Amino acid sequence: MPAVQRVSGRAFLTGTGQNDYPLGFTNELISGHFMEATGAEIVVRCIAEEGVEFVFGYPGGAVLNIYDEIFKQNRFKHVLVRHEQAAVHAADAYARATGRVGVALVTSGPGVTNAVTGIATAYMDSIPIVVVTGQVPTPAIGMDAFQEVDTVGITRPCVKHNFLVKDVKDLAATMKKAFHIASTGRPGPVVVDVPKDITYHKTEFEYPASIEMRSYNPVVKGHSGQMKRAVQMLLEARRPMIYIGGGVVLGNAAAQLTELATLLGFPVTNTLMGLGGHPATDRQNLGMLGMHGTYEANMAMQHCDVLLAVGARFDDRVIGNPAHFAREQRRIIHVDIDPSSISKRVKVDVPIVGDVKSVLTDMLALLRQAKEKPDAAALNAWWTQIELWRAKNCLKYNRQSPIIKPQYVVEKLWDVTKGDAFVTSDVGQHQMWAAQYYKFDKPRRWINSGGLGTMGVGLPYAMGVQLAHPEAQVACITGESSIQMCIQELSTCKQYRIPIKIITLNNRYMGMVRQWQEFFYGSRYAESYMESLPDFVKLAESYGHIGMRIEKPEDVEAALREAFSPALKERLVFMDFQTDQTENVFPMVEGGKGLSEMILAEEL
Amino acid sequence: MNNNHHRHIISLLMENEAGALSRVAGLFSARAYNIESLTVAPTEDATLSRMTIVTVGSEDIIEQITKQLNKLIDVIKVMDLTEGRHIERELMLVKVKAVGAGREEMKRTADIFRGRIIDVTDSTYTIELTGTGSKLDAFLEAIDPAFIIETVRTGASGIGRGERSLKA
Ligand SMILES: Cc1cc2nc3c(=O)[nH]c(=O)nc-3n(C[C@H](O)[C@H](O)[C@H](O)COP(=O)(O)OP(=O)(O)OC[C@H]3O[C@@H](n4cnc5c(N)ncnc54)[C@H](O)[C@@H]3O)c2cc1C
Ligand SMILES: Cc1ncc(C[n+]2csc(CCOP(=O)(O)OP(=O)(O)O)c2C)c(N)n1
Ligand SMILES: [Mg+2]
Repeated sequence: MPAVQRVSGRAFLTGTGQNDYPLGFTNELISGHFMEATGAEIVVRCIAEEGVEFVFGYPGGAVLNIYDEIFKQNRFKHVLVRHEQAAVHAADAYARATGRVGVALVTSGPGVTNAVTGIATAYMDSIPIVVVTGQVPTPAIGMDAFQEVDTVGITRPCVKHNFLVKDVKDLAATMKKAFHIASTGRPGPVVVDVPKDITYHKTEFEYPASIEMRSYNPVVKGHSGQMKRAVQMLLEARRPMIYIGGGVVLGNAAAQLTELATLLGFPVTNTLMGLGGHPATDRQNLGMLGMHGTYEANMAMQHCDVLLAVGARFDDRVIGNPAHFAREQRRIIHVDIDPSSISKRVKVDVPIVGDVKSVLTDMLALLRQAKEKPDAAALNAWWTQIELWRAKNCLKYNRQSPIIKPQYVVEKLWDVTKGDAFVTSDVGQHQMWAAQYYKFDKPRRWINSGGLGTMGVGLPYAMGVQLAHPEAQVACITGESSIQMCIQELSTCKQYRIPIKIITLNNRYMGMVRQWQEFFYGSRYAESYMESLPDFVKLAESYGHIGMRIEKPEDVEAALREAFSPALKERLVFMDFQTDQTENVFPMVEGGKGLSEMILAEEL
Repeated sequence: MNNNHHRHIISLLMENEAGALSRVAGLFSARAYNIESLTVAPTEDATLSRMTIVTVGSEDIIEQITKQLNKLIDVIKVMDLTEGRHIERELMLVKVKAVGAGREEMKRTADIFRGRIIDVTDSTYTIELTGTGSKLDAFLEAIDPAFIIETVRTGASGIGRGERSLKA
């Protein structure tokens, strides 16, 4: 082994914070395009050619040749997780936080099955990742070989596309296609399954600069006639509403969306996935809508007469009851890159298929040319109504409580981080409080699992985000139940010195489940309590991190300030906040109920 | 939303890759769409597969089906044949008992339906029929069910009339 490799490898492994590894492959003997390479080299070189910074992975027999090539190179870093699920979550979070494709590498069989939860999570939220999976050698496929699973079959329903590479000659083009498919159109995960014999077969390697696929050409530009109709409709609106979703974040169109909203003076609401697509602290922003949306957002959504939906898919957590929603007359414009998102649950009047940034840019130009302006008197009256709804102050909670209120912790986190942190969350009540009380002003700051609702994502998500943005403040808001689903990653954080701050809102319950049981099952709390919890302080310490337990409201802010202080900038801090066990998330629209049929907090 | 269910024949062209069929079949089962029949074979261009899917659903469901099929990365073109003038054909092989007086009767019925007897024994006929699904159904209704030993049908293949065509 050439010494240089080991030195550069170790420098990263021991986490000295050095990034100054030399560029280029240490085994690159021949320069120029055409050279013989093994399949394993090809996989590694393709990843490098894509400009990938991190590969999150876990080795095993089927991928050992690929790992051997990773060992010999230093164009990207490999991050060794402690469970394949976390590798995919971390790659997914890297993609959410940067907009670039995240990459994970796992072995065949159990490596793949462990990765499936991560892949399905990325699929439901349309996140661009490429997952390279090892497979048994081609002659062994179908022989019930050791660690064989039908990876293409198992992952097919939860990927944008997948490939089984059967000939090393196809490998480079397949890798190129994988990155292309993952990142264009409606983004999503792509799996490339590479049998072990392919990794030692040799062929001439050339990484294609671009790829043409006759069967895959996503639409970018919107239909000009439809966009004109849409603009006309917006100008005629008397009670307009802009409803934005994850597509605005994924399509990097927050600036265009905000410009459009400002130009028109219309109210804006975001889905859980659209937070940050329009600044939460802007007066025009009514907050999140849906099951746990604000009173003003849900009422305005229900009662608007023209709705502009942008990169949002009328999910059942948003429109629980399409028939109830349809009772009010309104015209709907829907911008989405995926035709199948349009008129799926809610019929729309003006469908616009295209990339949100391109469509909004064109619509802005049309609006600027238009001679008409929205009816100012009507818009004023509409805003007066909205302000009345807003005055209900639906997110009010008891600030005098002697027990820590979870909402208070999130508000203080916002203060302490000046609203500028990257926040990941797990799934449950804490996720909803994070969404409601941390006011996201920028896109890609809020990283959570919306579509699949996967408990356990919070910690690996924070790892992916922190590696992508080493200087940023990264907070993981979690629950004592969710955090235990990927707790092993505290070890990964130690190895790579990932200084995230974990904020556990510890209510000793699967709070979200308990809340449903309280409301809909006569308070029979079947298996939703969390007994025998570990001492999280000691647990964090045993992994080499800092632990804190916070029991009183008056200690919340000081603890957060300490955790985010320069003194602890390099350290992972695990904060165990003992919060009110009885707190519920409000407002709430019961499943199947109409948007305006909200249950509000008792205090109201 | 429109809830009247109708029979649709959807034609699609896709890359002739391993697993192409399972992507389509998987989509139908995962999204709980009906599938009455599905036929698939390579075309004159060996890199392409042509499929004909017969399904039943409301306008909204059919719209989702075509959108979801189009979304499959390997799918090149999708056409709902039932939206325009088209021709539909299905092949059926029926093995029937053919004894005594019934033997002559069976031959006559096959003739009426333009069926051909393609295999004969002392006691059986094997009849080949092509036509629309409903014509084949009609034949089966026209003969005494007690005489049917075995039927096998290909499922419909369809093509647009006139200039209407599905090309890569
Ligand atoms: C416990 C729990 C509670 C929840 N409660 C709520 C709630 O109260 N409110 C809520 O809103 N959600 C809630 N969710 C989340 C919910 O399940 C959905 O994930 C979410 O509503 C979907 O958001 P979205 O409509 O923005 O779509 P996304 O899943 O973000 O989809 C993005 C859409 O944009 C399109 N798109 C992507 N890229 C582009 C582009 N470049 N140009 C144009 N279009 C593009 C896609 O095709 C897709 O249609 C909850 C989840 C959990 C786990
Ligand atoms: C993997 C997985 N299993 C089960 C669920 C169902 N579920 C949703 S929220 C929740 C409880 C979460 O508890 P906790 O992490 O303590 O958060 P809290 O609601 O108490 O804030 C459960 C079990 C899920 N979303 N994901
Ligand atoms: Mg809890």
